[in-house]
Amino acid sequence: MPKINSSAEFAALRKEVLSSRDPNRPCIAVCTGSGCLALGAANLVTALKDEIQAQGLESRIEVRETGCPGFCERGPLIVVYPDETCYLKVQPADAKEVIASVLEKTVIDRLLYVDPVTGERVVHEMDIPFYQNQLRLLIGNNIKLDPTSIEDYLAIGGYAALEKALCQMKPEQVVGLVKESGLRGRGGGGFPSGNKWEFTRNAPDPVKYVVVNADEGDPGAFMDRALLEGSPHAVLEGLIIGAYAIGAHEGFLYVRQEYPLAVENITLAIKTAEEYGFLGKNILGSGFDFIVEVAQGAGAFVCGEETALIRSLEGKAGEPKPRPPFPAVRGLWDKPTNINNVETWANIPLIINKGPAAFASVGTAGSKGTKIFSLVGKVKNTGLVEVPMGITLRDIVYKIGGGIPGDKRFKAVQTGGPAGGCMPESLLDMEVDFDQLTKAGSMMGSGGMIVLDEETCMVDFARFFLAFLADESCGKCVPCREGIQQMLTILTDITQGKGKKGDLDLLLQLTEVSGASLCALGKGAPNPVMSTLKHFRDEYEAHIEGKCPAFTCKELFSFYIEPEKCQACTNCGRKCPAGAIEGGKNLIHVVDQAKCTKCGACLEACPPRFGAVTRIPGKAVPAPLPEDARTIVRGNK
Amino acid sequence: MDIGRIDQIIDKHGCKASSLIQILINIQSENHWLPKEVLERVSERLAVPMNQIQHITTFYKSFSLVPKGRHEVHVCMGTACHVRGAQRVLDTVEELTGIKPGETDVDLKFSLETVNCIGCCALGPVMVVDGEYHGNLAAGQLEDVLKNYE
Ligand SMILES: Cc1cc2nc3c(=O)[nH]c(=O)nc-3n(C[C@H](O)[C@H](O)[C@H](O)COP(=O)(O)O)c2cc1C
Ligand code: SF4
Ligand code: SF4
Ligand code: FES
Ligand code: FES
Repeated sequence: MPKINSSAEFAALRKEVLSSRDPNRPCIAVCTGSGCLALGAANLVTALKDEIQAQGLESRIEVRETGCPGFCERGPLIVVYPDETCYLKVQPADAKEVIASVLEKTVIDRLLYVDPVTGERVVHEMDIPFYQNQLRLLIGNNIKLDPTSIEDYLAIGGYAALEKALCQMKPEQVVGLVKESGLRGRGGGGFPSGNKWEFTRNAPDPVKYVVVNADEGDPGAFMDRALLEGSPHAVLEGLIIGAYAIGAHEGFLYVRQEYPLAVENITLAIKTAEEYGFLGKNILGSGFDFIVEVAQGAGAFVCGEETALIRSLEGKAGEPKPRPPFPAVRGLWDKPTNINNVETWANIPLIINKGPAAFASVGTAGSKGTKIFSLVGKVKNTGLVEVPMGITLRDIVYKIGGGIPGDKRFKAVQTGGPAGGCMPESLLDMEVDFDQLTKAGSMMGSGGMIVLDEETCMVDFARFFLAFLADESCGKCVPCREGIQQMLTILTDITQGKGKKGDLDLLLQLTEVSGASLCALGKGAPNPVMSTLKHFRDEYEAHIEGKCPAFTCKELFSFYIEPEKCQACTNCGRKCPAGAIEGGKNLIHVVDQAKCTKCGACLEACPPRFGAVTRIPGKAVPAPLPEDARTIVRGNK
Repeated sequence: MDIGRIDQIIDKHGCKASSLIQILINIQSENHWLPKEVLERVSERLAVPMNQIQHITTFYKSFSLVPKGRHEVHVCMGTACHVRGAQRVLDTVEELTGIKPGETDVDLKFSLETVNCIGCCALGPVMVVDGEYHGNLAAGQLEDVLKNYE
């Protein structure tokens, strides 16, 4: 590919790309994001390609391997163009039928989404309720393109914003547009991005850097992964525009190590962009030079914090530094550095293309645009959802997420990552944006949204986050290290049945300690404790009384076989790994509490029509029946 | 791991002290762990003192200073997997392999690690064996999954 050296050449390239494509030619887009790959999407691709080859259809049907469109729960999924027919849970064995349906222009009913309420089948991707209630300005592109093909990106208007910014605008104007758009950082803090760019731009040192924060440390969130894997060029385009606006000539992408495919795709995107002249010297003939390097993290959550990330990029241990000086003034190798989250960068081409007013027309007064959330946990439709700022939690959980699986009850939604907070049912009608979430004692964070049902123990949940934070604290500040450890000790005691009266007051006092920490990890650590104590104090109290109402904390509940329901089928006894079930043919079974390890295998083994195995809060169970009353006398056949 | 290959990796990263972490990641991805001689070579070539390298290899969790088993099992303990029963998955894997997170069995067959999210949260609980993902796990399935690794 010859290098593109001017606006005119870029226009010609776009024309050429578009003219070589027939929008009516059938194309089977197969999601090969990490989720679908885990579910066997690679075999599906092979099966489809083999079938196409066997029938000699290579020129008639295209197979496109794409990034994640969000509905990972129902993967592997495919979308058949031009009709945008969406098939879910597609298996390699379905390949033949899929190809036949494309040729005959028919629809395969059994692979369609079935509306659980109406029972109706939904043919088109955009009509599936999960998608219908979203506004997919960023993630919606994933299914439309092969992330390894720059032409696919060009065909949907890719790099047009770059051309516009570099060839038609001054750097200050670009900064102005971003400020005007009201875009706030998607990585956690929600700082106005345009202002941050301006600080870095105005810093006196002429050598500056731009960085993409793709550390995505929030355990339970994968928005950035999906963007990098599925739309690497969009992130890159945003970064180049930002570098131009800020005056940086070198950029870095810091990607967590657990994301090998993201590293692969973005590395390839950089290489291709260089070949096309979107990176390197004199980009598009504008006179602007810029190069990008990819660096990997090595498994430390705190490295997502910007000052720690900078140290890690310098090849050092990622310990945060006091701010100020902010990276905008003194960052990487002491030079002014602008760090933004992956999703923040991905929004930039959108703002340039559509204009700041169009961008700001979506959202609330203080939070503009859309936000991608990782909707996971105890919700029917798990996956990635992109919604306008200001949508209610209820709409996300019920309209998009489809509610809680089984006949379980909703308990809470957790946002903001390990240092975030929980919102109970009473807050479901809250509008989701930066300011409302903070007001509710949580925060936006990077976009993790974990739905909890009645079986999630809130004390154990708080303990889980504190254990995570204790493990990930870099240990530099005493308040962080000690404060977290002390809270964790108390929480662990409570979940192990060693809770005492007065523990809760002590916990509340301890939440004050770590506030004096250097970085937001230590500062935010009390949040999970405070928000669960505020909304679920009764669960804490139950634990101190020796009962785990959610049947999670092993010391605080028991397995019990209801004698009147047990039919002596012997299933449970055969499954029990601890030999803790006494029974036999025609004998009512009994759990030996001393031997039981609370593994739960018996509960799963007991046939639902008997439902004899139950769990009861606390340690006390009814005394077993006397030996002679345990024989089941069955009626004659 | 032979010295020639180590040097190749170091040179690929421009033999810069600032590339230390990237070099170690690269070496570990090929060798699965970081033997002392390797670290000494890196120290010598980059002119970074050994104590600093040791600090790095202990600060960052993904580095291993002990040999790994033939199969690396990573059980996700991230939030999404936690609320869907990751603890039971981990308990069962521990039982089946006889090792705890951070350990390797005597036959050098399995190494067990926990990880905080691998970005397949929608399929939780998730486990990765040698880079192969297993999602929507139930404790009862684990024996069958692990049986496939020799
Ligand atoms: C402990 C800790 C972990 C963080 N992890 C991340 C992360 O994984 N990804 C991210 O973009 N920001 C993370 N941040 C926020 C960054 O410090 C920084 O605010 C952000 O990258 C700025 O980008 P934005 O303005 O686009 O949001 C973290 C902060 C802290 C304190
Ligand atoms: S607050 Fe905690 S994680 Fe942050 S710098 Fe201090 S010790 Fe390290
Ligand atoms: S919970 Fe597990 S150990 Fe206890 S009785 Fe049931 S199967 Fe046996
Ligand atoms: S990975 Fe395929 S839908 Fe998310
Ligand atoms: S929490 Fe387990 S994959 Fe994300």
